[in-house]
Amino acid sequence: MRTADILRFARDAATGYPLRTSLSVLAMAIGVAAVVVLTALGDGARRYVVDQFSALGSNLVIVLPGRSATGGFSPANALTTTPRDLTVDDAFALTRLPSVRRVAPLAAGNSEISANGRLREVVVAGTASTYLDIRSFRMAQGSFLPEGDWSRGAPVAVIGSKIKEEIFGSTQAVGELIRLGDRRLRIVGVLRPVGQGLGMNTDEVVFVPAAVAQSLFNTNTLFRILIEARSRGEIEAVKREVTAVLKARHGGEEDITVITQDAVLATFDRLLRALTAAVAGIAAISLAVAGILVMNVMLVAVTQRTGEIGLLKALGARGATIRNAFMAEAAMLSLVGAFTGYGLGLFGAFVLRQLYPVFPAYPPDWAVIAALGTALSTGLLFGIMPARRAARLDPVQALMKH
Amino acid sequence: MALIELAGIERVFHLGDSVVHALTRLDVGIEAGEYVAIMGPSGSGKSTLLNLLGLLDRPDAGIYRLEGRDVTTLTPDEQATVRSRRIGFVFQSFHLVPRLTAAENIALPMMLAGIGAAERAQRVATALKDFGLEKRADHRPDQLSGGQRQRVAIARATVMQPAVLLADEPTGNLDRATGDDVIHLLEALNARGMTLIVVTHDQKIGSRARRQLMMEDGELKFDSARPAAVAG
Ligand SMILES: Nc1ncnc2c1ncn2[C@@H]1O[C@H](COP(=O)(O)OP(=O)(O)OP(=O)(O)O)[C@@H](O)[C@H]1O
Ligand SMILES: [Mg+2]
Repeated sequence: MRTADILRFARDAATGYPLRTSLSVLAMAIGVAAVVVLTALGDGARRYVVDQFSALGSNLVIVLPGRSATGGFSPANALTTTPRDLTVDDAFALTRLPSVRRVAPLAAGNSEISANGRLREVVVAGTASTYLDIRSFRMAQGSFLPEGDWSRGAPVAVIGSKIKEEIFGSTQAVGELIRLGDRRLRIVGVLRPVGQGLGMNTDEVVFVPAAVAQSLFNTNTLFRILIEARSRGEIEAVKREVTAVLKARHGGEEDITVITQDAVLATFDRLLRALTAAVAGIAAISLAVAGILVMNVMLVAVTQRTGEIGLLKALGARGATIRNAFMAEAAMLSLVGAFTGYGLGLFGAFVLRQLYPVFPAYPPDWAVIAALGTALSTGLLFGIMPARRAARLDPVQALMKH
Repeated sequence: MALIELAGIERVFHLGDSVVHALTRLDVGIEAGEYVAIMGPSGSGKSTLLNLLGLLDRPDAGIYRLEGRDVTTLTPDEQATVRSRRIGFVFQSFHLVPRLTAAENIALPMMLAGIGAAERAQRVATALKDFGLEKRADHRPDQLSGGQRQRVAIARATVMQPAVLLADEPTGNLDRATGDDVIHLLEALNARGMTLIVVTHDQKIGSRARRQLMMEDGELKFDSARPAAVAG
């Protein structure tokens, strides 16, 4: 029997019994849809976290004052205040390291901005011109902080987009004078909106030269030092060299913590990938259940069509032909179920994305391939037994059942 | 050389402790082109014999030669090929595939034999015409009368141009007139050279055949071709 004929015969047989066919297709579809939606959720969570961290900038290495026993990173200690450990000179010393592309000091505190007749609380970040590139920020208007001696800051400020919006509305902000605490500063630039990062909403930050911030807060310490490695491969070298330099500068004491975005990311990435895989595994159980259902449906089909099988044998069908016809039918049920489920799953993920736009709920490729593969192979695997049973039927006995 | 040669055929069924000798010491030869009626009381082994002739069943002993070839020792696949090419079946209950149209039912043996769609269509068209079923080509079995169903079944059984046509009570589910039509149809096929073997309870139909085989308790009691030889 020709392959095309076997397929057509199997298709007609499947559509000839719409109820049992649609039930097994449905079971398979639910299984696949479950895998697709659940892995979309899991992978969406992973992407969300990765995106959040990636927003920090590329090849980023962060130096924190104080020794962290685990070397780990938690948002909680990102918010704690600075021990008097890191200084602008420390930061500047790091600029000479070969593996380092850029360094930006970061001093932070809260203050009040008043301008254009309005007053509001803001986060003040004292940093340097390099900060813009390290964080991959873009300017909406004007320019970022000017280059120059880090220990002597010019009286200028760059404001986040939300502050610009709230204080100046649609009027021009660049060139305007503001009061920040007891300082009078001139706005030289406005940042494009960026959102959350490093524990603060950058759109609500006022950036000033590090020296200005330090004198504003009457301190000489830094909250962080941000370093951009020359390449991804040099992140470890940066870590090593930075630790060595700062240890030397701090009288041989290793009183800093160096964290890399990579390490943090990798942890989250691993965690969430494992979670996604676990969820996919659970959903895959429903695929196995669907496979068993296909088997039952095919067994019923063999019983229902015993007379027909006997007839086919009488008409000269080989055992293999009958087996192939039933296998093809099982494969079709699984295939149609799998692709229906795939469509349903994609639709489910789409609905999720509509409901939670920040959440990138796309099913990962591996999950889609695994789901379709499992659906097809369980369908075929569980199709073997009924198909062989059909092929082995005794034609005389089979013909009597009609 | 006879078309069919049975020598010392035995078929035994075991039902728990009891042993049923469905066929015992059967020696029959049937020439090509013959018209044979197999008759006898219920349970005498007529269907068993026909199934054996159609290679749906294997004897427990004896040799069955079809066109000079011992077919009892063939593999199942080889037997399937013989069934496909050399043997046509007609059943009492028609055995049409309910979801397939008349045309598709007729095409089934050709499809199983791997014949291409174009040739199938052509041969089905011819068969539909020969059996007066042109207007019923797209009807499914449940939309056909009993006589039409049996005509579809005969068209299907002969579309591969087999050497022998085996019919087990082909009129058993039909009324007298329709049954006679079916018998005439089969006889017309026989007149064109196809060997015809019909199992029947019906004396009237049986006596139309040129040769009668009478079965009883699995034995051949009477063969009209050799009246003296097999008397008990
Ligand atoms: N599969 C089987 N298992 C056990 N016994 C069987 C089987 N098939 C047939 N028999 C027995 O073999 C004997 C012959 O059966 P067979 O069907 O050939 O009779 P028959 O002449 O066709 O009868 P009928 O006219 O009623 O169709 C019967 O006694 C029957 O019970
Ligand atoms: Mg019978």
